[in-house]
Amino acid sequence: MSKSALLKSSIAKKYWMAMTGLFLCLFLVGHLLGNLQLFTGTEEGRQAFNEYGYFMGHNIFIKIMSYLTYASILFHAVDGFLLTRQNIKARPIGYAKNNAAANSSSSSRNMAVLGSAILIFIVMHMANFWWAIKWSSTPFPLHTIELDIPSQMPGAPQQKQEIYYTHDFSTQPVPKNEDVIVKNKTELYIKSVDVKIGEGYKDMHSLVYAFFGHDKSKHGFPANEFALLAVVGYVLSMLILAFHLNHGFGSAFQSLGLRHPRYTKIITLTGKGFAYLVPLAFAVIPVYIYLTK
Amino acid sequence: MKLNLKIWRQKNANDKGQMVTYPIDGIDGDMSFLEMLDILNEELIIKGEDPVAFDHDCREGICGMCSLFINGEAHGPDRAVTTCQLHMRKFKDGETIFIEPWRAKAFPVIKDLIVDRSAFDRVMSAGGFVSVNTSGNTIDANSIPIPKHDADKAFEAATCIGCGACVASCKNSSAMLFVSAKVSQLALLPQGKVEAKDRVLNMVKMMDEEGFGNCTNTGACAVECPKEISLDNIARMNREYFGAMISAE
Repeated sequence: MSKSALLKSSIAKKYWMAMTGLFLCLFLVGHLLGNLQLFTGTEEGRQAFNEYGYFMGHNIFIKIMSYLTYASILFHAVDGFLLTRQNIKARPIGYAKNNAAANSSSSSRNMAVLGSAILIFIVMHMANFWWAIKWSSTPFPLHTIELDIPSQMPGAPQQKQEIYYTHDFSTQPVPKNEDVIVKNKTELYIKSVDVKIGEGYKDMHSLVYAFFGHDKSKHGFPANEFALLAVVGYVLSMLILAFHLNHGFGSAFQSLGLRHPRYTKIITLTGKGFAYLVPLAFAVIPVYIYLTK
Repeated sequence: MKLNLKIWRQKNANDKGQMVTYPIDGIDGDMSFLEMLDILNEELIIKGEDPVAFDHDCREGICGMCSLFINGEAHGPDRAVTTCQLHMRKFKDGETIFIEPWRAKAFPVIKDLIVDRSAFDRVMSAGGFVSVNTSGNTIDANSIPIPKHDADKAFEAATCIGCGACVASCKNSSAMLFVSAKVSQLALLPQGKVEAKDRVLNMVKMMDEEGFGNCTNTGACAVECPKEISLDNIARMNREYFGAMISAE
């Protein structure tokens, strides 16, 4: 390996930009596939999404991928900052008149600004969801269901019992009453004898529906009075992401030297499609949640 | 044709410099941009003022000396031409034309519109050559069989005249199009393959040391290049560099 390698040279810095960027494109696909499950607001949809959330939080492969994603975001941002700083230094005196629109796209010229906006979005997005789910000190409501209790006598009024939807649900339902307490955020214990009787699902589905929902409190989550602002902010962020990807996707292949008369057209077309369809699919979800009753 | 010229005037490398307005009249559409500047300079000399200093040499688009950032674009609004080939018919009567020097840290202004482009020479000295034995038994280049396809691509890259329009147009003042053309013209030929790894590593190292910016792949360089050097060359250099980086000793 030569001494100029890895991070020192301008070209190597661009390799890292390209590789982390393409990895983050893959992450977007995975994240989107998960999010698409939010289109069902029914009880089945809620169960499916919370089961998916549990899987994502308890799988070693997903855990490794998540750390790779955090590292990629950080590296992409820091590397981008270093590159931009050098680029600014490379032209200490600018032009009195510069008709840059004649020779390049506006997204290609504003990657650093777009990227910074996306970084701000990621911080807010993680504060709203990731932090609330994982680290917040306020107890996170677990998934509960109301079950019909069969009447003992014919003609008696139907009774309902609220139970926890648990990981080991198939073996025994866990009733929600004063005897059952939650420990370590998700573990269900019988208070009097201190015995673990099950593990509940965090109700991420309801968190999202309360966050983006139009004045909807959901299963212990208060209604978000700024829901409209959250939806508008989210949609705008996806638009910014689309512009960033519009240049970034194809640019990554060019930086890695993957350019060939036979494939460049396919890469460009795929890039444009990816750049607009993926953020569009992301953006439709909160709008759908806001508009549905 | 009447024009309003806004020209960058700077006495020397240490002067701060500023835009100065010069009205000019009697310009014909068939004149080249440099002829128009010649007329302006004659008027300035008659008036006893310092003429505008600008680079020029062959005036037929092959030497790469004439530069000038005209109305926000390198070599002006026309495509695939140098400033000496730019006709005044590309401008409207009464138009205001901004004329500025190339702007880059690596291209410091010497006087008015003239910049020091010797950074390109130093990049070339770092590896833009083929070492040949001159002891008398040099092999004739034409005796080495080269596929026509490769020869054509190498020739296309070699049409780069080193004018610096790529650096001037790039928002980062990156020299990637120039350096990649110079790397490609040799990397594509058997004579150049021998020193290919050292060449790309050394030329890129020198390019970075000279203070050129990084490539954002905006593509502005290839659009403004008077010789239409392709972005394919930048991709090729990125491949060459990767191979050299992981295998060079």
